[in-house]
Amino acid sequence: MTAATRPGRDADDRITGWGLEGVTVRYGHHVALDRVSLGVGAGSVTAVVGADGAGKSTLLRTLVGAQPAASGRVRRPDLRRIGYVSAGPGVYADLTVDENLGFAAGAYGVRRAIARTRINQLLERTGLTDARRRLAGQLSGGMRQKLALAMAVVHEPELLVLDEPTTGVDPVSRAELWRLLAGLAARGTAIALATTYVDEAERAASVLVLLRGRTLAAGTPASILAAIPGDLFSLAESASGPLAWRRGAAWRLWSPDGSAPAGARLLTPDLEDALVIAQLAVETAEAVA
Amino acid sequence: MLAMALKELRQLRRDRRTVAMMVLLPLVLLIVFGYAARFDIDKVPTIVVGANAEAVAAQLPERLDVTATHTDWTREDGVDALRRADATVVIVADSTAPALLIDGANLFGAQSVLRAVAGNPALPRPEILFNPDLETSVVMVPALMGMILVFIGTIATSLGVVRERQSGTMEQLAVMPFRPRDVFLGKILPYFVVGIVDLVIVVFAGLWIFGVPFNGAPWIFGVGAILFLFVALGMGVLISTVSENQGQAIQLAIMTLLPQILLSGMIFPLDSVAIGVRWISYFLPLTYFVEIARGVMVRGAPFDALLFPIGMLLLLAVVVFTLSVLRFRRDLAPSPGRRERRAAAGEVTA
Repeated sequence: MTAATRPGRDADDRITGWGLEGVTVRYGHHVALDRVSLGVGAGSVTAVVGADGAGKSTLLRTLVGAQPAASGRVRRPDLRRIGYVSAGPGVYADLTVDENLGFAAGAYGVRRAIARTRINQLLERTGLTDARRRLAGQLSGGMRQKLALAMAVVHEPELLVLDEPTTGVDPVSRAELWRLLAGLAARGTAIALATTYVDEAERAASVLVLLRGRTLAAGTPASILAAIPGDLFSLAESASGPLAWRRGAAWRLWSPDGSAPAGARLLTPDLEDALVIAQLAVETAEAVA
Repeated sequence: MLAMALKELRQLRRDRRTVAMMVLLPLVLLIVFGYAARFDIDKVPTIVVGANAEAVAAQLPERLDVTATHTDWTREDGVDALRRADATVVIVADSTAPALLIDGANLFGAQSVLRAVAGNPALPRPEILFNPDLETSVVMVPALMGMILVFIGTIATSLGVVRERQSGTMEQLAVMPFRPRDVFLGKILPYFVVGIVDLVIVVFAGLWIFGVPFNGAPWIFGVGAILFLFVALGMGVLISTVSENQGQAIQLAIMTLLPQILLSGMIFPLDSVAIGVRWISYFLPLTYFVEIARGVMVRGAPFDALLFPIGMLLLLAVVVFTLSVLRFRRDLAPSPGRRERRAAAGEVTA
């Protein structure tokens, strides 16, 4: 599934900004990414979605240069213009908030006077001003992620890459992190992030869905929704079979040919439904093959 | 209890390096140190100087191993040879002022010579230079300074990189615009400063508390100490780069420290270490620091006499630095990535 025009791509679907094109990554004999492409346009957020082990982290690490690609093309700016938040804590627990930010500014060669101004602005934007003298190890999960994000943008990178920045973070902190990301994108930063939350992917300008190292779906959320084959139905009673699943209190059933079962109600799918259907479509095709 | 023991056993089984160290290390240590732990010196290098040098050299006890005779040398030339550690004994074979000069900085060698010449009427009365009372502290304290530095330096830095890896910050470093050498030097610089402060403290404490002499030029000692500290800290970083966790790093650090204590000449004289084990000594930085520290502090050796140990420390520094940088390069920039990194920006084709 591809859209005609997506952020980071031209009309012919070629990468125009930063990104990967037909990239394969191997760990020994295991293929972690199989000819995957990703475009990350300036001023937009691109979300990489997938289950655990789908290849999200590998993809982002390849994009920033921490993981070599076996084949394919990678377009990225110089390291000095990349900001990266890894899946780990990414902050020094035994340094204060100020010291962590100072280290990041120094590492990227930001001049001291400029760094001081930026750090103050970032502390204010992330709401960490009152915690600036606290050790990073004493911060809550959400505050630590905000600090990691602030460290990644202290040098005002062109490309910001975040590996599951909101995993394990409370809903309020998640919303704050997204507000910060939206602000960065509005200033022209190209942002690529991995997430397991579909509601976050819905906010992105472009989404890449990975399944076992392969592209399952790619495009804007709207284009992914538009490309769903068949129809989706809601069932009042429990359903069985590989094409049915439970969501909340109700059951959903995907009908590839659009035929409606008795008592079913036609649903307008959201992105979460679209991702489940895309996966079911692949698995059904594989089962047939 | 059984569940806990089973869990520990399973974890231990997966940590193969630790198991290998626990099983093989005791045997290796026993063999290596069994050959090293000897105080006996069979041969003591001896230079005979003066007009009758040839004749006297032929009559010396077997233990005094004559390495050179110089009929045109004076007593001063002989003392200078001892200061440079060219020999442990100098015999001045001069009919007007015969002398048997012994290097007191070589404690066990000197004691061995005293035993060998005791009651020999053909030889002049022994005269011990540099450490006339053969005090152990005069010889041990300069060497202990090195041991303290290598202990503190290697263990402190051995945790640095592995801590980054375990806490997940190594991946952040990999994406920051650091060159591998920046990371190496940045890792050791703070410890280097602390190490210099430690060194000054232990030197002054050694002089003040133990009355150890400082007969040579402080700058020569300083050059040797700085190089030694760099190697000790670098070894710690290197250990850290090859360790998977902090436990392994500490074990490896101890594995490098034990041989330094026993095979560096600090306790057991190198001459008495079995040749099959002695070669290890020449790869240990403490061996050269002990030579420099005793040379400068006790014997007052000049710079050119210590060129070899200083050169060896320099060589070890280059080796440790190069290996660490190569390891960092692997961690910070996987091979195709390195090629990509060279392209300042833009498109990379794998």
